Amino acid sequence: MGLRNFFDRIEPNFLKGGKWERYFPMYEMVESFIYTPKTVTTAAPHARSYVDMKRIMTYVVLATIPAILIGLWNTGYQVNTAMETLGASGWRASLLEGLGIGLNAANPFANFMHGLLYFLPIYITTLVVGGIWEVLFATVRRHEVNEGFLVTSMLFALIMPPDAPLWQVALGISFGVVIGKEVFGGTGKNFLNPALTGRAFLYFAYPANMSGETIWTPVDGFSGATNLAVAASDGYQEIIVRGGSWMDSFLGFVQGSIGETSTLAIFIGLAFLLITKIANWRLVVGCLAGMIAFSSLLNFIGSDTNPMFNVPWYWHLVMGGYAFGLVFMVTEPVSASHTNMGRFIYGALIGFMVVMIRVINPAFPEGMMLAILFGNVFAPLIDHFVVQANIRRRARRNV
Amino acid sequence: MAQTRREMLIDPLVDNNPITLQVLGICSALAVTSSLQVAFVMALAVTFVTAFSSMFISMLRNHIPGSIRIIVQMVVIASLVIVVDQFLKAYAFQISKTLSVFVGLIITNCIVMGRAEAFAMKNTPVASFIDGIGNGLGYGLILMLVGVIRELFGSGSLFGITIFETVNNGGWYVPNGLLLLPPSAFFIIGLIIWGFRSWKPAQVEEREYKIQTVEGH
Repeated sequence: MGLRNFFDRIEPNFLKGGKWERYFPMYEMVESFIYTPKTVTTAAPHARSYVDMKRIMTYVVLATIPAILIGLWNTGYQVNTAMETLGASGWRASLLEGLGIGLNAANPFANFMHGLLYFLPIYITTLVVGGIWEVLFATVRRHEVNEGFLVTSMLFALIMPPDAPLWQVALGISFGVVIGKEVFGGTGKNFLNPALTGRAFLYFAYPANMSGETIWTPVDGFSGATNLAVAASDGYQEIIVRGGSWMDSFLGFVQGSIGETSTLAIFIGLAFLLITKIANWRLVVGCLAGMIAFSSLLNFIGSDTNPMFNVPWYWHLVMGGYAFGLVFMVTEPVSASHTNMGRFIYGALIGFMVVMIRVINPAFPEGMMLAILFGNVFAPLIDHFVVQANIRRRARRNV
Repeated sequence: MAQTRREMLIDPLVDNNPITLQVLGICSALAVTSSLQVAFVMALAVTFVTAFSSMFISMLRNHIPGSIRIIVQMVVIASLVIVVDQFLKAYAFQISKTLSVFVGLIITNCIVMGRAEAFAMKNTPVASFIDGIGNGLGYGLILMLVGVIRELFGSGSLFGITIFETVNNGGWYVPNGLLLLPPSAFFIIGLIIWGFRSWKPAQVEEREYKIQTVEGH
């Protein structure tokens, strides 16, 4: 193979003593992206497995594909529908009309292409800016550029609103990669989820561009609240009054960030992750149980002044970023708990916190992002207590 | 103490900075740095209190019984803080209102207490006074650095004078709301410490853990 020969020929330049020794991480990045990494464990203990980091990360990216497809279609669908009444505006519309694709909301391809024109600039910005930081740190600190960044960048792009300004996207991913990951030593040492760290930064720094009623469908003059915002102000029954339905929300035909609207597509990804055992089922079960238990409790308590109290768990499941966070963020192995018992507790804590923030906190209608970051911080503590409990249990056994 | 007076004044600015090296006085650094004017007044107030409390405590150091020294130090510091508080209320009421409780909380600022305990109890009044000024300036330096970053990027101005015209006033700059929230000072101080320790590797602390390495074969 010509490419393999090319790599073999240039490799000595990057090894110790070679003229481009400093840039080994970059060579390694491209080479291991195309071929199986050559690195083997040299010291004990040896754990044999066909699953390496590259495979895990690639599988997670594969699992996001259904969410991406439906997300792109939905973004375009929302925009095209809004443009039917408000008129076309923006360069994307001109480009699509120029190409003869048009802006027909009934045409899935037109919707998909319009969504793609929103997603691609965000994704490319994320890749380029985040990639620069990644390579910079890899070169200075002499560690490898990791496939983990492919996951981070994909997840980060999918939790952006379609109309996020690109400079904010760049700032967000910079913060996520540098503060969320690299200052703690890079992939595998990040106790926070980098994509969510970046999103949280943007959420607090530029709330006008990251939440509200006008950002989800970027058409001039359009205003459409997310289901979660409607439920928070007028109760979840109002969603149906306004022409929505649980099924719409489940399938993903609603306002929201690019990739987080379709619970169905996200759950297809979840099935893939569970079958391949990339995602740990304990985390998922814990998080579902925590959410269902606490939202049912709040339903039972009830409230006359806060309509969120009455939202049943199956609405919590399909609203906002719950499903996306559950499948792609809670299951992230590095920032989650590492003991099996701890995984249940960690998941349940996030499930509990998401309902807590959504319902009882008046400031933020969406709680998944903050709940997961909260859980991330507690994960080592949970592990500590699980391990201590185990030690005590075994010590009692051998008095 | 083999330090010269000059070193006492200069050392706490970078080499022995109370915030970045000793990591003291963080609470007020988070709370009062969202605008430069407030940060500046706070830095002055802390410098004044640290300098004079160190001097007075140093004068009294041979008469303070060891068992109640903390109480005596607190009395001196608290009296000075009340003076500062009253002064601000009289001559800079607006700023005093913005600083609100944080003037009173200078009493609990670890830097003031730390210098009294670590330096003033063992040194002459003049040396203690200079040491207090130096530490106050070191604190002020970081406060001003953080304040510049937070006010410039958080509201587009410096000392209340507009530098970047914000979008709300018809300009181009979109202010970063996170920088107006106290947690942002955590990130900024963290990054400043990172910068300082990259510049002066002697400040890097030893790791609390040791990574075991196993021989390869």
